[in-house]
Parts: sequence; C-alpha cells; structure tokens
Amino acid sequence: MHLRMALTDKGDKKMKQFLQGIKDGAAIGIGYFSVSFTFGLAAVSSGLCWWEALLISMMNLTSAGQFAGITIMASAGSYIEMAVSQFIINLRYALMGISLSQKVDRNFRAGQKSFLGFAITDEIFAVAMSREGEIGSVYFGGLAVLPYLGWTFGTLTGAVCGNILPANIGNALGIAIYGMFIAIIVPAMKADSRIFKMAALAVLLSCCMHYLPVLGKVSEGFSIIICAVAASAIGAAIEPMDGAANL
Amino acid sequence: MEPGGSFWIYLLVMFGVTYIIRVIPFAIFHKKIENPFIRSFLAYIPYTVLAAMTFPAVFYSTGSVITSCAGVAAALAAAYRGKSLFTVAVCASLVSFAAGLILQYL
Repeated sequence: MHLRMALTDKGDKKMKQFLQGIKDGAAIGIGYFSVSFTFGLAAVSSGLCWWEALLISMMNLTSAGQFAGITIMASAGSYIEMAVSQFIINLRYALMGISLSQKVDRNFRAGQKSFLGFAITDEIFAVAMSREGEIGSVYFGGLAVLPYLGWTFGTLTGAVCGNILPANIGNALGIAIYGMFIAIIVPAMKADSRIFKMAALAVLLSCCMHYLPVLGKVSEGFSIIICAVAASAIGAAIEPMDGAANL
Repeated sequence: MEPGGSFWIYLLVMFGVTYIIRVIPFAIFHKKIENPFIRSFLAYIPYTVLAAMTFPAVFYSTGSVITSCAGVAAALAAAYRGKSLFTVAVCASLVSFAAGLILQYL
C-alpha cells in the first residue's frame, strides 16, 4: 500500500516535471515556428520540395546549419563541404553538451542522453541551464517537445506557402531569414565591441571571397567556413572572450 | 535534385555530423573545456557564421539589389532597436516588398 502510494507519487512528480518542461518550452516553440517558416520558404525557393525541407528540419533542428546545408545543396557542393560546414557551424553544440552533461541528474541514462541530446539547441540549452538545480530527463524531454513541433510545422507551413505565394511576395520573403540573422547579430554587436569587430571582419572577408577575382571561385559553403573560422580564430587570439560564460 | 549530389546523401551527412556533435560530448565527456582559446573561438563562431552567411548574400535575396538594400536597412534599424527576430524579419520583408512596388510604378 505504501509502496503503491510512493509509486504514484513518483509518477505525479514526473508528470509535473514534464508539464513544467512543456511550459518552459512554449516560448521557444513559437519563436522556432517563425524562424523555420522562413527556412521552409528559403528551402523551396532554393529548389527543394516541401517534404525535403520538412525532413531536413525534422532531422537537424538547427537554423544556421540547415541554412548553410540548403545553400550547399543548391550550389551542388561536395559532401565533404557539407560535412565540414555542419561540423564548424554546429561545433558549439559540443561545448553545450559538455556543460549540460554536468547539470543533469544521475538518473539521466546514456540511452536517454543519446536520444534527447538531439534537442540541444542554443535556446533549449539556455533555458535548461538557467533552471535551478539538476535537470532530469523528464523535464528535458518536456522542454524539447514544443520547440521540436514548432520547428517541424513552421518548416512545413513555410514550404507550402512558398509554393503558392505570388512571385513578388515570395521575393520579398526571401530576405526574411537574413532579417532574423541580422536580428541575432546586431544586438550582440551592440552589447560587445569584440563581437562587433569580429562580425565586421567576417563580413569584410566574406565580401572579399565573393567579389575578388580568384577567391570568387571558392564555393559558398567553404567561403562561409573560411570566413567564420578566420574571424573567430583572430578574435580568440587577440580579443579573448572570457565572458563565454553561457557555454 | 539537380546533378551534383543526391538529396539523401546530403541529408545523411547533415544529420550524421550534427547528431554526433551534439550527442557524443553530452553522453560521454564529463570534463569541462578550460582552454580559453577554444572557448573564445566557439563563443565567436555563431556570430561570425551568421555574419558571413548574411553578407553579401542578403543583397541578392529578393532578386533585386535595390529592394534588398531597402530591406537590409530596415532590418538593421529594427535590430538596432532591439526588436524580436520575427519583427525584424517582417520589417525587412515589408520594406523590400514596398520598395518593389515603388520601383514597379516609377
């Protein structure tokens, strides 16, 4: 009798944690819907089918990596280029995974980690780390639900809309995903002069890669990698970010 | 998919690399990375990647350099004022759409 009560009590607690996770993930889910909507638009305008865009989102759950991915597909880049770009762009998740591994409780099993680790994104990581105390697999699982659904259905909606919208509206929406990137970069540049300098350097390098005669032949995927790695390495060497605290 | 690569192989490569980067450190490593160079490098990466991805490609994103520039200006202004991702994207799209209409009737 006591055992049964203890068990249902435990079940209640788990349910409560799960629901708390869902609640904490709601805002991320809404944000992801809008970002992945523009990803869906960009994907179909780059020549992919709606279901291809949807599959990419369901299997990757990452904005910059996916966007670089469709750029490489559209320019018929090599598989190496694809692998290296994903590696560089998503390398920060490795660091987040290490941080997170030190905050999860002991009942978070390896099997659950290899399933739920898929949901490590900038925003989910930030919310999980800001939670007090240890994190259980139930809470983390709940936290991932709405962002994943938002990401999936946003992509689907964007891809379908991209196919039916009139050309002039579709064209104007082509800038939307860059608008989001600008919305991420500019506040960070404003807040930290080191980020300002290195982001500006990356833009300068990227323009050189694009407009200078010989460098212009480098494919877009590799160009992004070279510019980002060079600017970040220079930044790390001359202006270290000791404030990389959230990682 | 046009020649150059199969969609399925691209997808598999993307998924494989992204999944391994996320899961292996989370499930296996337990030591924190202390090296300040690597930490700084990785702190810069999101911004330098987005910056390099955005410029100069954004100037060709609407099919017209003029309407794109109008959209970029709107996006920079909105982002500088600290507007949300969604608002900035909508501003950029609306302004470049309006610029397109104006160009059409000029």
